[in-house]
Amino acid sequence: MADPIAPSVGVAAPVATATGIVKIFGEARALDGVDLAVVPGKVTGLVGPDGAGKTTLIRVLAGLMASDEGAVSILEGPPAERLDAIGYMPQRFGLYEDLTVRENLVLYAEMRGLPREAQESVFRRLLEFTDLARFQARPAGKLSGGMKQKLGLACALVSTPPLLLLDEPGVGVDPISRRELWAMVAELTREGIGVLWSTAYLDEAELCDTVYLLSEGRMLFTGPPAELTGAIHNRVIRVTGFAERRREALTRALDRPDVIDGTLQGRAIRLLIGEGEKVPDAAALDMGPDTQVTPTPARFEDGFIERLGGGPEGTSALAAAYREIPASDAPAIEAKGLTKRFGEFTAAQDVSFTVPRGHIFGLLGPNGAGKSTTFKMLCGLLTPSEGSGSVAGYDLRRAAARARSSLGYMAQKFSLYGDLSVAQNLDFFAGAYDLSGAEAREAIARVTEIFELGAHLKRNAGTLPLGFKQRLALACAVMHEPPVLFLDEPTSGVDPVMRREFWTHINGLVRRGVTVLVTTHFMDEAEYCDDVTLIYRARQIASGPPDSLKAQAARLTGKDDPTMEDAFIALIEASDADGEAEEAA
Amino acid sequence: MPVLQLPARFTRLRAMIVKEIWALLRDPKSRIVLVLPPLIQLFIFTFATTLDVKNVDIGLVDRSGGVHAQELLQRIEGSPRFRDVIVLPSMAAMEQAIDEQQVLAAIVIQDDFDQRLARGQSATLGLVLDGRRSNAAQIVAGYVSQIAGGYGAELAPISARQGGSSAVTHWYNPSLDYMWFTLPGLVALIISIAGIAITSQAVARERELGTFDQLMVSPMRVHEILIGMMMPPLLVGMFNGMLFLVVAQVAFGVPFTGSFLLFIVAMIFYQLALIGMGLLVSAMSMTQQQAFLGSFIVTVPLILLSGYAAPIENMPDWLQVITYADPVRYFLIIVQGLFLKAMPASVVFHQLWPLGVIALVSLSAAAWLFRARME
Repeated sequence: MADPIAPSVGVAAPVATATGIVKIFGEARALDGVDLAVVPGKVTGLVGPDGAGKTTLIRVLAGLMASDEGAVSILEGPPAERLDAIGYMPQRFGLYEDLTVRENLVLYAEMRGLPREAQESVFRRLLEFTDLARFQARPAGKLSGGMKQKLGLACALVSTPPLLLLDEPGVGVDPISRRELWAMVAELTREGIGVLWSTAYLDEAELCDTVYLLSEGRMLFTGPPAELTGAIHNRVIRVTGFAERRREALTRALDRPDVIDGTLQGRAIRLLIGEGEKVPDAAALDMGPDTQVTPTPARFEDGFIERLGGGPEGTSALAAAYREIPASDAPAIEAKGLTKRFGEFTAAQDVSFTVPRGHIFGLLGPNGAGKSTTFKMLCGLLTPSEGSGSVAGYDLRRAAARARSSLGYMAQKFSLYGDLSVAQNLDFFAGAYDLSGAEAREAIARVTEIFELGAHLKRNAGTLPLGFKQRLALACAVMHEPPVLFLDEPTSGVDPVMRREFWTHINGLVRRGVTVLVTTHFMDEAEYCDDVTLIYRARQIASGPPDSLKAQAARLTGKDDPTMEDAFIALIEASDADGEAEEAA
Repeated sequence: MPVLQLPARFTRLRAMIVKEIWALLRDPKSRIVLVLPPLIQLFIFTFATTLDVKNVDIGLVDRSGGVHAQELLQRIEGSPRFRDVIVLPSMAAMEQAIDEQQVLAAIVIQDDFDQRLARGQSATLGLVLDGRRSNAAQIVAGYVSQIAGGYGAELAPISARQGGSSAVTHWYNPSLDYMWFTLPGLVALIISIAGIAITSQAVARERELGTFDQLMVSPMRVHEILIGMMMPPLLVGMFNGMLFLVVAQVAFGVPFTGSFLLFIVAMIFYQLALIGMGLLVSAMSMTQQQAFLGSFIVTVPLILLSGYAAPIENMPDWLQVITYADPVRYFLIIVQGLFLKAMPASVVFHQLWPLGVIALVSLSAAAWLFRARME
């Protein structure tokens, strides 16, 4: 096979450029005058929350969509004439689920016109590269999320294009597979390929050589990620040793005028101080005698929040209007030996935990490891094969309906009725949770005011901006003031300000005594939990507060101050090593 | 506290019904789609499935050339049933005319036709029919023998009577207008197609939208969800049924002689049976596409086995047994009876209870499958 991209070091000419791109859908300006360049041998990050316009821009670059204004050039020509030069991996890569890994590769090789005699060596290289050689005969539909993405990448690479457009390859992929994907991309850039990596995960931005930060169709920032974090250098602090409970401390800190953003990090809180404000010391924060304030490195997300004008206040209007959940010694959520088998396959094995009232409990784990199965058993969507569970004191087998009326549920994917108006959605969910008459009207009026839905009541829920969808989903879940909330990856893909707003409400509700169960593979969300359990290969491999998991990981890896993601990876790798040792024995 | 539970149950049920109706009717376009195509179908199919044979050409080979033959020819030419009578010079020409579908049938008058009649003997008329269009040809044969029989009776009234010719009167449809027969049947068919198609989307739509889980974690009970999902197709079907009733009388002049109340009751039973089948398809399908294909797989046999296209008595025995499970079969009888012969309640009831049984079985099966497919 002729290699079209012999390592051409030092060539700065971009493989793709877009200038002044405008794309209008109906009345919405999906892209509003956007510039971008992809340089060979580098990873260019296209970063932004869902709905920012990332996919639209990539489709314009790939020649699948014409822009209303602006120009695109791929290797100094229009995209339509350079299709052979573009490797494109859409968000849902077009894998044929019934075909095997190998058959998919053959199909894409044929479509790309790769000569038969060259195919074998290319496949060998790609299968080795993606570590899929063992799974050649497996149907693509039976692969895990991470493996599917790798296969998608392999299919996009059959002809080694000089430009590779990757639309959110990290979505739905657990941290381990995500690291592997990054390693693969790093190798491709060494070969001189120009990679455009789009993502909604802000931690991925820091891995890119250049970042384009897109928000609502406009570029908020262009340049190396360090430039963005450099601007807020010295303004990020970590506070420990405060006397109050951490959620109270965070709320109070966020209500200060000089603090523009803050998050929980295990037992610590992390604060971003506004531009021009004096960074407060322990005395200024007034959180007790043992309070310690240490500077901490800024993250890309901090920079994004700063550009968006800071996060919300710490006090939640929702929590203020919420009823106080009566105190009780009985656990709010309890799982006892929950096991689920689908035929031969065990999806969850003997999962047990208890969550006391007013706690946030996190179910973590890679996709397909069993966390969703456990979650579904606890909210009554699946009947356990063995074991039992209870929610708000109601046994899931014997009082399923009562258990269900005690919980509010919100899923990662917007799962309200998009064709119905906001008001109709609210009406329906009020009725579904047994609110009628004056009670229903009151509840609807309350959430309408808190979430500022008033102006959108007549609008179809499906056409709302992402932030309002998020608010509507939460509104529908809490209208009946349930004592327990179930959240399924509630904030993946939303912009950090919306995520802050969401967690401000959740933190407020927890202080009212609401108990929260959250599934996530988003490590940021894990930090908000009081306790987590890590589920891997259907079993719980580690449980405890986030800090204790991090401490375990520190012992395993020897790394001091590991992140939650480091802990996740270290614990899973340790479990794999144990498994292999057992098998060997 | 059973007293408090009752209103609570209705709250959920009402919310579900209102939501389902909004989901179907909120979009003005979909409102039109639910009513207009069935109405257009009714118009088109009524004209398309007419069993009347009008506007046909028939051939005539006159080898006799006599007076009686001429008289017969004129009578046939004078009949409104035929457009043209093409006189063909020879048997070979006749063969070709039928072969090329120039004529549907050809009358062959033998050369001794006039002589025999003149002698007072009976004469035979040859009729060649195009078997490729057997239905229409049968009807043409009927027309021709009616005309020939009439002429024969005039010539020899006594011998005809002795020959035992029959005098036919058509009850309930005296002028033998086939629209009277086809249109009530079409009401049954079009309602079944629309009913199953709408219902089959219900559960599948929730699954595809991702709202199914959201629905299942709410305190909503399975029966409440299913009743909610039954409402929109039931209402749309009832509306279309009434509309068809009016259109049949106003636009097509087909009389409705039966009881309106019985029609409503029968419609409800019929709809429930169809909705049960639609929900069964829906609960089985994971996507709307599967549901759409599934509704086809169900609807086509329902129609073909209903007795509308071919009489059930002509089917093999084992197939006849299967038709007992076909709701269209029963409603077809009811609706034709109510339109044309003021079918009394007791007779309607005979067809009604099987519909009730089918509804009960299919709805229970749908509920069971709905629960089973949750996992």
